[in-house]
Amino acid sequence: MKKIGVFVCHCGVNIKDTVDVEKLTEQLAIYPGVTYIENYMFMCSDPGQNMIKKAIKEKKLDGIVVAACSPTLHESTFQNAVEEIGLNKYQLEVANIREQCSWVHNNIQEATRKADLIIKTAIEKLKLNESLKPVSAPLTKRVMVIGGGIAGIQAALDIADGGYEVVLVEKKPSIGGHMIQLSETFPTLDCSQCILTPKMVQLGKNKKVTLYVNSEVESIDGFMGNFKIKIKRKPQYVDPDICTMCGDCTDVCPVVVHSEYDEGLSWRRAIYVPFPQAIPASFTIDTENCLGFEPIACGECKKVCQAEAINYDVKTEFFEEEIGAVIIATGFDLYPVENIAEYGYGKYPDVLNGLQFERILSATGPTGGEMLRPSDGKVPKEIVFIQCSGSRDPERHKSYCSRICCMYTLKHAKLYKHKVHDGQPYIFYIDIRSGGKRYEEFIQQAVSEEGIVYIRGKVAKVYKKGDKMIVHGMDTLTGKKVEIEADLVVLAQSIVPSEGVEKLIKTLKLSSDDSGFLMEAHPKLRPLESLQSGFYLAGAAQGPKDIPDSVSQASGAAAKILALMSKDEIQHEPIIAVVDENMCSGCGICIGTCPYGARILDENKVAIVNDILCEGCGACISACPSGAAQQKNLTDDQINNMIRVILS
Amino acid sequence: MKAFEPKIVCFLCKWCTYAGADLAGTSRMKYPPNGVVIKTLCSSRIDPEHIMLAFQQGCDGVFIGGCHPGDCHYQSGNYKTQRRIVLLKKMLKQLGINPERLRLEWISASEGNKFANTMIDFTEQIKTLGPVPKTSGKEDK
Repeated sequence: MKKIGVFVCHCGVNIKDTVDVEKLTEQLAIYPGVTYIENYMFMCSDPGQNMIKKAIKEKKLDGIVVAACSPTLHESTFQNAVEEIGLNKYQLEVANIREQCSWVHNNIQEATRKADLIIKTAIEKLKLNESLKPVSAPLTKRVMVIGGGIAGIQAALDIADGGYEVVLVEKKPSIGGHMIQLSETFPTLDCSQCILTPKMVQLGKNKKVTLYVNSEVESIDGFMGNFKIKIKRKPQYVDPDICTMCGDCTDVCPVVVHSEYDEGLSWRRAIYVPFPQAIPASFTIDTENCLGFEPIACGECKKVCQAEAINYDVKTEFFEEEIGAVIIATGFDLYPVENIAEYGYGKYPDVLNGLQFERILSATGPTGGEMLRPSDGKVPKEIVFIQCSGSRDPERHKSYCSRICCMYTLKHAKLYKHKVHDGQPYIFYIDIRSGGKRYEEFIQQAVSEEGIVYIRGKVAKVYKKGDKMIVHGMDTLTGKKVEIEADLVVLAQSIVPSEGVEKLIKTLKLSSDDSGFLMEAHPKLRPLESLQSGFYLAGAAQGPKDIPDSVSQASGAAAKILALMSKDEIQHEPIIAVVDENMCSGCGICIGTCPYGARILDENKVAIVNDILCEGCGACISACPSGAAQQKNLTDDQINNMIRVILS
Repeated sequence: MKAFEPKIVCFLCKWCTYAGADLAGTSRMKYPPNGVVIKTLCSSRIDPEHIMLAFQQGCDGVFIGGCHPGDCHYQSGNYKTQRRIVLLKKMLKQLGINPERLRLEWISASEGNKFANTMIDFTEQIKTLGPVPKTSGKEDK
């Protein structure tokens, strides 16, 4: 029989306050199989790990149970520790007595009883654990980045710089994301396009990067290191390699629609360039609005295109890419402010969202950078900014803080003052959150030198009276009602996950948090990785983030992937299915059950397992009518023994 | 007399419900300590025979937690589980075990709240049902 050592962690007071660790140690010392038991304040610390190593060596232990926090947190820490001393890491089990015991129960007696059972199930499982070796699989040294905003661009450049091929998939006709729409960026007020476009050009010209615009991920197969990803590319009907960007086509196009780039504040044709610095630099046809499709009714653009770059017969294309790892950098959108009816967005042209105001401030915007309001083109003399429009409002909207609104609203007010010196900006706020480097200084300078008025409180209603927007609010510091006759109102809405990301999460089988952002493997220690192996996160896809944080996370995720790519092979978990050839009747039920095609009938009519393809779900094992299939280190016997001990 | 404390076995899939249970812990939510967890990689690993063994060994309730439809880490494991559980519930009834003693829920990694509430609710439900009948032929409530 195995000699098992049990190590109970106090986790400071986190476990010890609710679970009687001394009593546990006493009880478990006499449990069959346990030859050594100890408890310690922090098992994960160096002294804690050394305690385990020393016991393995001196007591000749061949199995270890660590009763501590969730295995998600420190299983690998302890696995590494036991491997250092020569014990196979599959001879270690973690009993989760913190997240699933001490933190969720109050009664010491009950929690101790439950912790005792949790540890005993771990011991029972461990008794039948085999020593396993990871399955080695080949590694495809190519990376996919989904999303071409600043985070995706940065990650793609870093990986290409490391010498590996990158496939960047962007759903819009150009890369650039929301950052390309911004005027200036806080806290330095450098022009957004000036710092972004060189990176876009660099990416567009990089030989290591394959760019798919107008494209989305259609499906995925395989596992970390060996994904096969199908990309769907919608036709743009203009060949970017031939298009000379002369613009003759757009002049003759009879269709006029709202410009997405200018957030609906200007117009574009159905054949258009998303914005002047678009990458790839090419015109594109928006099929939803073009008259020329089904049946060909117009065709004016094709007639005038001397370069013959336009071809209406292009169809939606599908591409399959072999990929080793994926970065998700799908960014954000603004919370639909139509949901906040009292602010009158959509009803009044002079109520704008933050991105629209960026466009008005921008030199490439609808007003050429002049501060004019949309309704009548007048210069707004009084302007009200409403922060937390939809954020920090768990009852009605989003419960979280969107992190960037305090800073960009102040930037808006500042830039407005730089354009309209006699203008008066008011900012309604709940709190000012300025935690970044030089952010607080940026705020203080604006308040003391630029005459921006901050009003602490919420706005109840915005309505139109004459050519003014009346803003009704409450100043919670004085307790008085406030009414401002404004010329323009700008809302700082919550940051929400970008449209379509929900579908992507489903396609890739990833996890999202309760707000729909991608969930990280650990909120503090593994913020760059998804829970699912082979997927990494960058930028606002994971949660609201400003540009410096998005870039940092993107470079961090790229570094993680470069580390992965530096290996020759990938190690695959060996917790997979195994077949007892003597018991297999060759019925083939498992073959239909396996979602990976890992079960196949060999020439002797035995349903064998392909170790590389098997992901270890165990569906075939519970389907096997003869009990021939088992899961390594989670056999029927192990599960049954665990059940028995729980009910003992 | 000591109040009836049900024995509950919880099978949780690693990717969704186990992570949801961890989140309930990190968020310090409180629920009764009756259920003890067996972690599987996927809910589809759970053989109906394991559940039968549990009831035979005197288990008062069995809980299975998996990923929401469409979210299974192994593509379709949760659908397989659902089909098995529907059939097994019919069989339990024939064997004189109230099928309510077996509960399947989809709980994602972000639903710590749902995990805690389900544990509260299920424990309460099993308390109302009372202990699982030990001898065959005796009718379960």
